[in-house]
Amino acid sequence: MATIRTEPVTINLGPQHPSTHGVFRLRVTFDGEEIVDLEPVFGYLHRGTEKLAETRNYVQIVTLTDRMDYVASMSNNLAYVRTVEKLSDIEVPERAQYIRVISVELQRIASHLMATGFLLNDLGALATPLVYCFRERERILDLFEMLCGARITLSYMRPGGVFQDAPEEFWSSLNTLISDFPNYLDELESLITTNEIVLARTIGVGLLSDAQAIDSGVTGPILRASSVKWDLRKASPYEIYDRVDFDIPIGSSGDTYDRYYVRLQEMRESIKIISQCIKQIEPGPVRTETPFFIRPPIGEAYSSVEGPKGELGFYMVSDGGISPYRCKVRAPSFINLTPLRDMITGWKMGDLIIILGSIDIVLGEVDR
Amino acid sequence: MNPTPALFISFESLEKVFETLIELIGFGESFGWLATLLAGISISFLIINVMVMATAFYTWFERRMIARFQVRRGPNRNGPFGILQPFADVLKLIMKEDTIPDEADKPVFTLAPIALLAPTLMIMIVIPFGTFLNKEAFLSNLNIGILFIIGVTSVNSIAIFMAGWGSRNKYAILGSMRGAAMLISYEIPMALGITSVLILSGSLAMTEIVRSQSVWFILVMPMGFFVFMAASTAEMSRTPFDQIEAESELGSGYNTEYSGIKFAVLFLAEFMAPIVTAAVVTTLFLGGSQGFDFFPGGIWFALKMFIVIFVLLWFRSTWPRLRIDQIMGFAWKTLFGLGLFNIFLVAAEFTLAREFNQIHDGSLTTDYMLIMAAVNWFITIAVILIMANVVGRKKYTRPEPTPSPLANMGMGEN
Repeated sequence: MATIRTEPVTINLGPQHPSTHGVFRLRVTFDGEEIVDLEPVFGYLHRGTEKLAETRNYVQIVTLTDRMDYVASMSNNLAYVRTVEKLSDIEVPERAQYIRVISVELQRIASHLMATGFLLNDLGALATPLVYCFRERERILDLFEMLCGARITLSYMRPGGVFQDAPEEFWSSLNTLISDFPNYLDELESLITTNEIVLARTIGVGLLSDAQAIDSGVTGPILRASSVKWDLRKASPYEIYDRVDFDIPIGSSGDTYDRYYVRLQEMRESIKIISQCIKQIEPGPVRTETPFFIRPPIGEAYSSVEGPKGELGFYMVSDGGISPYRCKVRAPSFINLTPLRDMITGWKMGDLIIILGSIDIVLGEVDR
Repeated sequence: MNPTPALFISFESLEKVFETLIELIGFGESFGWLATLLAGISISFLIINVMVMATAFYTWFERRMIARFQVRRGPNRNGPFGILQPFADVLKLIMKEDTIPDEADKPVFTLAPIALLAPTLMIMIVIPFGTFLNKEAFLSNLNIGILFIIGVTSVNSIAIFMAGWGSRNKYAILGSMRGAAMLISYEIPMALGITSVLILSGSLAMTEIVRSQSVWFILVMPMGFFVFMAASTAEMSRTPFDQIEAESELGSGYNTEYSGIKFAVLFLAEFMAPIVTAAVVTTLFLGGSQGFDFFPGGIWFALKMFIVIFVLLWFRSTWPRLRIDQIMGFAWKTLFGLGLFNIFLVAAEFTLAREFNQIHDGSLTTDYMLIMAAVNWFITIAVILIMANVVGRKKYTRPEPTPSPLANMGMGEN
């Protein structure tokens, strides 16, 4: 039976588009509704963070890292300050490490909430799950406000610790949050996880096999959704992660549903980590005395943490001056886009949006 | 059999009034057409204004209710409870520049909003609103009322395709292509749902359909109601079937290039659809203006419409969107089958009723309808359970996740 031949159409999806999560542009070739080719174009939000870092001193760079992955600035701060500490051998007090882990895990929850909410928004759920996610994220941002006065661009961490101890009301609010949160997650799951339409839309869509994921250097929840059990918090424990007990949730097949569900389970694990940290934390100093102008010895260092989106690493070269000679960021959002073309080709327009949504990119980090 | 519409808002009565007036003024018999024309203009004026106002309040209501679903407040700045918000919106849209893209097919582009709005308004002509002052109120008791509705709603797909094609925009064309495919597909289950109503009522006139519902048809044939409701949700292209606009995918779909008053008209047509659909559903399945005596029928009608609108709104705020091929599959594989099965069921029961002499004046007796209701509810629930458990869930059983052998880098037993 002969089919009618149709002309492929090329569409520029973005940079201004409601669901490209920022100023991301995709040059997509459609055959009818089916995607035959795709080329990601980025750089619209390039602000030269790495170059700017060469002109700032080591404490000032913390504020630059806030603006990379702006929905998870705590994790960026941690990745950066850990590199500086490694570069110049700064010890971090134990209490500071606990506070760092608590705040980073809170940030992971906030970031995953946002990813889940926007994935559902991309699925066309008219913002209802999104608003539910944002309602809880708001409480986490309130906690951050207690910690450091800021809500989004936090700059809470310093080389050598955190810049101030958590206030008294922070701990009580944190306790309420972690007791409420599992119930909230159950509520969210009852809305989404077994929803027939969500299942029909996400299961089997945008498959990423484990071999493909490893080959393209993908990290974070996307790698774990492809059933690869790899998490820096366990593989090379930093801070106090070796003292807490948690699981690494993995997916079974690496489709969009797995990427959603792994995030959801990771939020539960983060709650577990936080509650253990609250039990273990003891009073003490939160910051080692460091000079304002840190002058690390000549050398280089790479350090990475498991951010909400994957392995977030900083590579820094010091020439002994007050600012780094070179600063390179291994941004998970950027590298997670590598298998995008393979994942999307052959699917339909609606799938493109949710696959991109399930990768959870933040353009501030992709373009830097 | 045919009721005489005597209220001032019916077309026939208005025509009479104008005829009398013309005779009084002193024109002759040859000016009969003038009375028809004047009556037509008055009726159009009435429908347009009432429906536009209803839509304005409906948009306000929808925004407020969806805000409640989403733990927000919704518009609350203009007027008490933000009730003047729609007027502010319209004012803003009217003052915006009305742009037409250079490449656009200008006549098609300009006509599309009108072509979309007109059929939606026309449906209201045949809806029997109920009784006022012990007289039946409807604008026109067309004897092929339901056929008129099916015919008029089909114009929608042309209008949407006009809008998409006329604007010469790739997103708009994608949206309108989806629209054309989807709207035409869903017309079939919708017509099947209507057909089962016609078998029971034995008439195409809307007033007759209401009168034959001594037991509401939603009770007599829930499956037909389900098919019709799903198909009409798709016809209005709202979630889970909002492929035409698909905000997160296509930007804005077929109305991407529209601005100003043209966009306002498209918007109006889109938000008028739930009201009209609710009116049709109420007439066909919820017994129209029937109700207890302490309220006039019009109020019952409005109340039922309100409930249907609320359910549609609930759909919209809860469900994500299906993919285009899933939507088409749902129309042709599920709804089409269910619709045919429902017709078979109803027709078989109707034949049995004839055997047992349960038909009086062309419609079924109440007792027989109650028996039918019991049987059909049982069958419907069974069919839904079978479909959900055998066809549906089986696809979605997930294997237990096992760690990939390709990498357990230093992870040990974890």
